[in-house]
Amino acid sequence: MADNGKTISELASGIKSGEITARAVVESSVAAAEKLNETLNAFLEIDRDGATKRAATIDSTSPLAGIPIAIKDNICVQGMQTSCGSRILGDYHPPYNATVIDRLLSAGAVVIGKTNCDEFAMGSSNENSAFGAVKNPWDTSRVPGGSSGGSAAAVAAGIVPVALGSDTGGSVRQPASLCGVVGLKPTYGRNSRYGLVAFASSLDQVGIFARTTEDVARVLEIIAGRDLHDATTADVPVPDYASQLSGDIKGARLGFPKALFGEGLDAEVRASVEAAVNVYRDLGAEIVEVELPHAQYSIAVYYIIATAEASSNLARFDGVRYGFRAEDAPELRQMYRKTREEGFGPEVKRRIMLGTYVLSAGYYDAYYRKAQQVRSLLKQDFQKAFERCDAIITPTSPTPAFLLGEKVDDPLAMYLNDVYTVTANLAGIPGLSVPCGLSAGRLPIGFQLLGGYWSEPTLFKLAHAYETAQPFTERPPVHAD
Amino acid sequence: MTNWETIIGLEIHAQLSTESKIFCGCSTHFGDEPNANTCPVCLGLPGALPVLNRRVIELGARAALALGLQINNRSIFARKNYFYPDLPKGYQISQFDQPFSANGELEIMTAERDDAGHPLEWRPKKITITRLHLEEDAGKNVHEGLPDIDRYSYIDLNRAGTPLAEIVTEPDFRTSWEAYDYVNHVRRALQWVGASEADMEKGNLRCEANVSVRRRGAEKFGTKVELKNLNSVRFMHRAIEFEVERQIGVLEAGGHLQQETRLWDERAAETRVMRSKEEAHDYRYFPEPDLPPLEVSDEFIANVRDGMPELPEARRKRFMEVYGLSFPDASQLTSERSLADYYEKTAAASGDPRAASNWIRTELLRELDAAGLTAQDSNVSPEALGTLVQLINDDKISGKQGKEVLHEMFKSGKTANAVVEERGLVQLSDTGEIDRIIDEVIVSNPSQLEQYRAGKEALFGFFVGQVIKASKGKANPKIVNERLKAKLSS
Ligand SMILES: [Zn+2]
Repeated sequence: MADNGKTISELASGIKSGEITARAVVESSVAAAEKLNETLNAFLEIDRDGATKRAATIDSTSPLAGIPIAIKDNICVQGMQTSCGSRILGDYHPPYNATVIDRLLSAGAVVIGKTNCDEFAMGSSNENSAFGAVKNPWDTSRVPGGSSGGSAAAVAAGIVPVALGSDTGGSVRQPASLCGVVGLKPTYGRNSRYGLVAFASSLDQVGIFARTTEDVARVLEIIAGRDLHDATTADVPVPDYASQLSGDIKGARLGFPKALFGEGLDAEVRASVEAAVNVYRDLGAEIVEVELPHAQYSIAVYYIIATAEASSNLARFDGVRYGFRAEDAPELRQMYRKTREEGFGPEVKRRIMLGTYVLSAGYYDAYYRKAQQVRSLLKQDFQKAFERCDAIITPTSPTPAFLLGEKVDDPLAMYLNDVYTVTANLAGIPGLSVPCGLSAGRLPIGFQLLGGYWSEPTLFKLAHAYETAQPFTERPPVHAD
Repeated sequence: MTNWETIIGLEIHAQLSTESKIFCGCSTHFGDEPNANTCPVCLGLPGALPVLNRRVIELGARAALALGLQINNRSIFARKNYFYPDLPKGYQISQFDQPFSANGELEIMTAERDDAGHPLEWRPKKITITRLHLEEDAGKNVHEGLPDIDRYSYIDLNRAGTPLAEIVTEPDFRTSWEAYDYVNHVRRALQWVGASEADMEKGNLRCEANVSVRRRGAEKFGTKVELKNLNSVRFMHRAIEFEVERQIGVLEAGGHLQQETRLWDERAAETRVMRSKEEAHDYRYFPEPDLPPLEVSDEFIANVRDGMPELPEARRKRFMEVYGLSFPDASQLTSERSLADYYEKTAAASGDPRAASNWIRTELLRELDAAGLTAQDSNVSPEALGTLVQLINDDKISGKQGKEVLHEMFKSGKTANAVVEERGLVQLSDTGEIDRIIDEVIVSNPSQLEQYRAGKEALFGFFVGQVIKASKGKANPKIVNERLKAKLSS
């Protein structure tokens, strides 16, 4: 089982040279997933048979040949369930693959299972899953972050080298930070959303977890690019991200939004991220102060736009065609009401109600339209900032992983976890979370790099330079053998 | 003239004639097995996304231009949210505050009708079309002919995602006949440019009417009622008539009208409440985040315009001006594009546009109707019909013979000349030969000749008949008349 915890590059060269087989790699990954799931609850489905069968037929020359991968359970994989962490989808099995899955499979990757998440990706702690919370491998009394907590935990625990999640307001970057792995939310339109069950369509992007920036880059270059099934993907060339990582970053301008390092930020997180800023300074980067005057409104704007879109996106879960349908509801309206009442969890209902409200006649202008206006101003803030710098550094999350149950009764406190991450979704820009050490209580801390549209190569290069200077080699107590 | 004025606005939903649906590749073919033409997108499966069919833009542009609308360079798709089992996503992708096209001014011809339904006096009327926007159709619920139908409803989503153009007017109609003529105008225009089959019986053109009444001279509109389930133009007309009577009745009795939606029940010949204003949906429209704004360049619009046929109204006017046709004749010939094309070719081939018009409107259309065909499927080509008209004009055959010839041409597909030759129908116009026959007739009827010369001029007809008969019907009646007059009086 020595293969667990290795990177894609290590596994790929081993498989190519014949030192290890794809089958052995996948089997050890599946075994680790099964074993650790009792502790972590990271997987909702583990496909032992499918994965081992597929591993036996892999062409070892493919770029991701035999690489085991875990997929958040809101991305459609044919032959497996897609529950979105919700009762309402029941044991729904989609009849098609998401475009990102098709691309991964063509590249030789092997999907070993579907990972747990907050219901419909709504949450920052994974406690909103209908199938129980995921535990943080660093401390199982703590949350892994959310909503893609299962994917983050699976990578952090060495079960898979890479996993996909979705990021609508930080749902990849925040759990990456809390679990001590790298997490990317790409530019909006970089990855296809076809087959990603929509939460908030104008904010959702498929994101990537891995232990190194290099592995994130390797996966992005496989899944990114225009998709004829998704009209919001952009026709922008996909570079060989992984080949452009190295090189010095002397003269790179790193934006430092001082205002975001103030109130509400945990002292250890601040110290750790400021230390990272100093590492960049030492590497020759120029630190530039930048301002994002409208960032203070981003949580409000985010929770209006995201819930508005969600209220519409989740209308299709009505018990008519698939998934759960309530019993004893002989009349149509009754069937709708009971199905949705019993099928959705409280946070999803809260957001559907909020979203329905802000779109209602008489309230649309005051909430939805106003939020869109502020969203435009926020985009302009970033445009202006990126005239002065190549990337912006912030904390990813205001605190390290909190205790399970700590914030469940305080939705507002929970929403504030996203304060550093939602801006990237609102502006459509890429964001990358990079581990930068442990707290005194041995909980991971991460910083976030934000860049302009299509600036993933810049973010990767900066992150890779940091990783080289300050390798993060710690492993969590819960880890595959 | 009553004391009441009727105010009507219309909404038409026309299915655009694409091969595939508006947001996925599924076929729009009608009549297939239920749910055969579906995919993750039109089933509204989790994770599926819409992608706009380019053909919809072109046909939408044709429809908009045919109705005199301005096409917007940028329009936005919007979600119209409501729950219904035939609506798989829980929202319909439509357009709202930034539609595909807007600001149309359309001139239609309209006439009130007498009790027998005959038009009284045709007059032009300008209608303002507020907008034409693009949207997807819903599926349909099936309540008959399936197992356990008392306990279950069934859903057929073949129609879900079929492209529609919704065409909305201002409340510009003042009589139900104006509304009737407008719908027919729109139907013909959409068919004409190939945008839609616009067949109400097949359900690919549907109509809703907003009806209110107000006292003549009043400025404020009355309470409006939306009428649905108008499955033909006749039904629509009847429903509006009924509704106007009903509303006036309520108001004259001192009652108040409710703003509501009513369904037309053709069998009971009345409208019935479907839902009140309180039950009206709040559709919570917002921009569709899965689709980028629809950008349409001026160049694209110009290309579509260049590729369009001359529109029916323009063509009718031209037929009247250039060919000297009357309004009813020109209207009839422009009721369908293939007929207008047919006419124009025949007019050219015959060299006599008015005769061509008469032959087509009477003889050809009778043959076509009897065979259940349209002009474009006619067994007689316009060129062949043109030759026939020419033969008659050149006195080669008589008009009466012409009808016979056309019937045979239609049956056998032969040319006019072939039929004429085969039947030996060539008209005798050789004056020498006619003179010879006349001489024979005169010689054989001495007593009649005597009476004629004595002043009994009515016998002229007798001589004509005898000459025609002696020629076996081939003698040109005009020449016979001329020559006979000369001979008898000499
Ligand atoms: Zn389809």
